[in-house]
Amino acid sequence: MKIHEVDARGIFSRFSLPVPPSRLITEAEQARAAAGELGCPVVVKAQVLVGGRGKAGGVKLASTPAEAVEKARSILGMDIKGLTVEKVLIAKAVDIAEEFYAGMVIDRISRKPLMMISPAGGIDIEEVARSTPEKILKVKIDPATGLLPFQVRRMASFLTGDKEIARQLGPVFTALYQAFMEVDASLAEINPLVVDPQGRVWAIDAKINIDDNSLFRHRDLAGMRDESAEDPGEVEARNSDLSFVKLDGNIGCIVNGAGLAMATMDMIKHYGAEPANFLDIGGSSNPEKVLAAMKIILRDKNVKAILINIFGGITRCDDVAKGLIEARKNLKMDVPLIVRLTGTNEEEAKKIIRGTDLVSAESMDDGVKKAIEMAGR
Amino acid sequence: MSILVDKDTRLIVQGITGRDGGFHASQMLTYGTKVVGGVTPGKGGMKTEDGVPVFNSMEEAVRATGANTSVIYVPAAFAADAVYEASDAGIKLVVCISEGIPVKEMIRILPYTRERGTRVIGPNSPGVISPGKAKVGIMPGDIHKEGNIGVVSRSGTLTYEVVYHLSRNGLGQSTCMGIGGDPVIGTNLLDSMALFAADDETDLVVLIGEIGGNDEELAAGIIRDGYPKKVAAFIAGRTAPPGKRMGHAGAIVTGGTGTAAEKIAAFEEAGVEVATTPSQIVDIVKGLMA
Repeated sequence: MKIHEVDARGIFSRFSLPVPPSRLITEAEQARAAAGELGCPVVVKAQVLVGGRGKAGGVKLASTPAEAVEKARSILGMDIKGLTVEKVLIAKAVDIAEEFYAGMVIDRISRKPLMMISPAGGIDIEEVARSTPEKILKVKIDPATGLLPFQVRRMASFLTGDKEIARQLGPVFTALYQAFMEVDASLAEINPLVVDPQGRVWAIDAKINIDDNSLFRHRDLAGMRDESAEDPGEVEARNSDLSFVKLDGNIGCIVNGAGLAMATMDMIKHYGAEPANFLDIGGSSNPEKVLAAMKIILRDKNVKAILINIFGGITRCDDVAKGLIEARKNLKMDVPLIVRLTGTNEEEAKKIIRGTDLVSAESMDDGVKKAIEMAGR
Repeated sequence: MSILVDKDTRLIVQGITGRDGGFHASQMLTYGTKVVGGVTPGKGGMKTEDGVPVFNSMEEAVRATGANTSVIYVPAAFAADAVYEASDAGIKLVVCISEGIPVKEMIRILPYTRERGTRVIGPNSPGVISPGKAKVGIMPGDIHKEGNIGVVSRSGTLTYEVVYHLSRNGLGQSTCMGIGGDPVIGTNLLDSMALFAADDETDLVVLIGEIGGNDEELAAGIIRDGYPKKVAAFIAGRTAPPGKRMGHAGAIVTGGTGTAAEKIAAFEEAGVEVATTPSQIVDIVKGLMA
């Protein structure tokens, strides 16, 4: 789960990271008071859950409160990569002498938290990794010991030869690690981590993604979710405990299991068409889930056919068939349903489907081909 | 031989009185797995409908039954504790079916279990089956067939799909293992390959990978350097958009890495043929066996 910069700054502040003071506003006029309290110059920053805000014109400097109002007005309501800016952050500006990068992820291979730092801050770290990988230092952290003093020294000296700056960086690395672990983050980034002309270190941007699996034990963080940044179908799917991703094609898919769902999309593409979505109904054969899945897919007017691909294990094919008949009865739809059911109670399911207008498919390949053919009619 | 589970498996079902745990305990018994007990705290002393004794703790269950393996069907919030408890009780193989364990818990669990000599499969795994010997998990037993193909996969139903095609074409399996779709798992693709490499009964390994991480690339490296078994592969997620989690917590393309294209290229470079559809695996396997 992505959270807004303003919330990430709040978390960083709680761990005593040097975050410049800021105010969140929703009306341009509020920028005047905010800039007055903070003291100019200030930075006016769009709060949207996508990268590249700066390039899109969503981050601007203002040297007077009046200018802050003007900049806020130009940014509020702006469209950045399809998202409308509804909130802006007014933050105390910091003069920049040097820009570093500091970030944390979980390393899948070593199964350890990994801190990455670079003297090339302020730009996309993935770009740095591609073009100048030698400018990134990666340090694996043992969760039993936490970040150790020798690791802190090593990282500080990788970034600077200045003892006074290095002395300030130590607590920054430690706090970043603690914040990352404490909130169950999957990503925590300070980019850039800057040094001002007086030699003071500041975290002037903040990005945190939270591990969705941990939200059950972080009620406070769960409230930071911004559903306006998501596809409405994806929000509805999450509330129905389904996993859904919208795509651009015209063949809707309902599948049990994430791997099989991806393989179904891939096969649609392989046979020359485009999938309209990824949708995993999970292991349960609850007819309500089938109904919810159908509703979500039918929101998309591009969909010309729906393929249901079920390999029954715990999922019982006859339950899915019942759900489909129910959905067909209760939902208004004019697209063909192509159904492939293999596994547990397959024969009973086929009996249920026989005599209805559901199109039965013998295999996954057969189902995909039929769906493509019927969508093209 | 087969790997991980066989006739010597003595299994405890953690969460046996729950809906899923109870249902699958029954299914595993029917398949012929030696389910020697179950654990649900507070329900010790009773027996399930199948006559399996229920204990309050793993320590008690292991002492009474001499179990060496456990399978976990408890809600995510309690699953991490269940793994620790099994490992502490001396269980050598823990298969975690439960999904939704925070990654931070997994990075703490794995050093703990390693120190105690416990192997963890999963979390978010469909389980492990050695056809005709033992089934530990949720997969439908009847689609499997005894044979000498090892199958290792990051997903559940996609594995069933591949196994279904293999069995129907007379291609049986030594062991099929689902390692789980999470970013941090107890036994990864490389660990699984090492297990199959050492198994006399496995002649060929089918690897079923998906987008996210770079386990497949590392596996390709091992094959290039000389892996003792023949290998066929399938990768799911060629059409997955970047930055979106495709159901599994670990199935995500980030910063342009973890794509299906990279994984397929890595395998092909190592001389491994990658199927474009699940049913095509059969042709590749037949070709390799010929």
